[in-house]
Amino acid sequence: MAAKAKGRWLVLAVPYLWLLVLFLVPFLIVFKISLSQDAIAQPPYEPVFDLAAGWEAFTDAFSQLNFDNYAYVLSWDNEFIEAYGSSLWIAGISTLLLLAVGYPIAYGMARAPKSIRPTLLMLVILPFWTSFLIRVYAWIGILSPEGLLNQLLIALGIINPDAPLQILATDTAVYIGIVYSYLPFMILPLYSALEKMDETLLEAAADLGCPPFAAFWKITWPLSLPGVFAGCLLCFIPAVGEFVIPDLLGGSDTMMIGKVLWTEFSVNRSWTVSAAVAVLLLLVLVIPIVFYQNVQAKEMEGR
Amino acid sequence: MSTGVTEKTQTTIGGIRRKFAPWNDPAAVPLIRYENVSKRFGEFTAVDNLSLDIYEREFFALLGPSGCGKTTLMRMLAGFEDPTEGRITLAGQDLVGMPPYKRQTNMMFQSYALFPHMNVMDNIAFGLKQDGMEKGAIAARVEEMLKLVKLEKFAKRKPHQLSGGQRQRVALARSLAKRPKVLLLDEPLGALDKKLREETQFELMDIQMQLGMTFLIVTHDQEEAMTVADRIAVMDHGKLIQVAPPAVIYEHPNCRYVADFVGDVNILEAKVETVEPGNVALYTGIGGGAKLSIAQNVEAKPGDTAFVAIRPEKVRIDIDPPAWQEANCLRGEVWDIGYLGDLSIYHVELEGGVRIKAAKPNLTRMVERPITWEDKVWVSWTPDAGVVLTR
Repeated sequence: MAAKAKGRWLVLAVPYLWLLVLFLVPFLIVFKISLSQDAIAQPPYEPVFDLAAGWEAFTDAFSQLNFDNYAYVLSWDNEFIEAYGSSLWIAGISTLLLLAVGYPIAYGMARAPKSIRPTLLMLVILPFWTSFLIRVYAWIGILSPEGLLNQLLIALGIINPDAPLQILATDTAVYIGIVYSYLPFMILPLYSALEKMDETLLEAAADLGCPPFAAFWKITWPLSLPGVFAGCLLCFIPAVGEFVIPDLLGGSDTMMIGKVLWTEFSVNRSWTVSAAVAVLLLLVLVIPIVFYQNVQAKEMEGR
Repeated sequence: MSTGVTEKTQTTIGGIRRKFAPWNDPAAVPLIRYENVSKRFGEFTAVDNLSLDIYEREFFALLGPSGCGKTTLMRMLAGFEDPTEGRITLAGQDLVGMPPYKRQTNMMFQSYALFPHMNVMDNIAFGLKQDGMEKGAIAARVEEMLKLVKLEKFAKRKPHQLSGGQRQRVALARSLAKRPKVLLLDEPLGALDKKLREETQFELMDIQMQLGMTFLIVTHDQEEAMTVADRIAVMDHGKLIQVAPPAVIYEHPNCRYVADFVGDVNILEAKVETVEPGNVALYTGIGGGAKLSIAQNVEAKPGDTAFVAIRPEKVRIDIDPPAWQEANCLRGEVWDIGYLGDLSIYHVELEGGVRIKAAKPNLTRMVERPITWEDKVWVSWTPDAGVVLTR
């Protein structure tokens, strides 16, 4: 019995240890940096905790911590709040677009003959075989003024060769990039929710006088909601902090918090402000994450 | 099960008990008509040029092994499948090509197919809301249905909070709520345990009587079909083999397939000796060489091979040769005994190697029965107990 309890404790300890070392500790370090001040030093902030210097030095360093960086980030004079808002907006619109594109695909897959479903699933995951960065670069080749899309439209005589479409370096390009890159994360949870739905439910609805379109909204849609929530959050959360896509495809006026954070860190070399930006971003994202967990808990209850 | 042909269900109309048998009435107009209906799935023929009439207020059972086409036949009436050939009408209206949501049939699904995200009330009200019924009327009808299936206390529960038997009742209430012209029941009791199943069978009959509706049930369970149905259609390979009331199916099967599928039966091969109106004499080489006599009209001529089917409960078993009759006495040895409590089934090996089953009710509390293993015995039956089958 004792050996069994020990074994169980060990198994449980591994994930907790993982979270502690690789999530909580780094977060505390970032949080501490966000409370420090910039300094021309190595590392470029102060105070630095040094346990070797004794207890007094430690409490002294502790008393120097303050929330000035947060006041700076949250001040209307600076562009951070705007960047947060624009990130949430772009991520939100992208998530809706992802849902609109992903739902029909997932539905089609879930209703496809059983024998070809694994192949379809494979095709959805296939892009992951190529590096994310390369795939985003490829979109530059497609969307640029002399890119594949414009060449095709000019060759077809749809647009004037002197006025190619300006898509690259706009928000549209960012939306295209996010929808393209995140689509599998939307499709997979939707597919898993739709696939386990019993099709006789739709027969029952039809039998009770419900035409197919109404049956979709009354039966299929509500039963797929857990998948919808999971897919939306899986896309929304990383999209808010997205850096690569707005950096490569977006224009100079595309304000996303990931890009701002990167600029703050590597151009302005302010570790402390970028740490505060990161902590606030996390706080913004905690709300949807908690919401997601609630939905999941509710779904488990329904089993 | 008594001998002779009797209808099972009697309805009381105007205080007069009468036999319910519209299928014998040439003036009666069927509610459902299948006319030369075939259904093929690729190479496979599920329903093969089949015609069938079902009458209003009838409790009709489609009985057969899995894959015999009974479910397809029902699904074509619900509108989930369209016939490859032929016509199906409901109350004179041609159904072919009409989508399921426009048909006045409702189905109780084998899996119940309750909507998991709706509570019991909303499940039952679903079809009524589709019809645009007014709110107060919906509430009243739902209330009435809950009462009918005795689930008033469970109205707010979700399907996953109910037991199997309760879910079955919700499914029944939901399919009845719209008062369909025909209620289709697809193996409705398959998931219930034996006791609950038997109870529910009688409840189904009660509800059918109360509402005066037409029920069509698909089942592979012959006892279930016998219990609930006014008429049974025995199916095999997409064809109807026999359509008749349960007692006729049991006592007068028209072929060996039906005799064997419904209930337990002994089938002996014999040669026809003489054919008279109301009687056939046959000869069989087994059991010490015996004359068989069956009180029945048969279309056969002397020398033909025929089959005598005899139910185990109609076979007598004795130690001494029964002196009271000449025909239908065969000699053998007790090979095995199955003690079922209410009955004992004696497996007797006749001389010539054929085994025959005789069921004897255990009328007294005797632990040691007089007939036991390896006893030499006589099996016999009266001329009106067996039936001669020519196919």
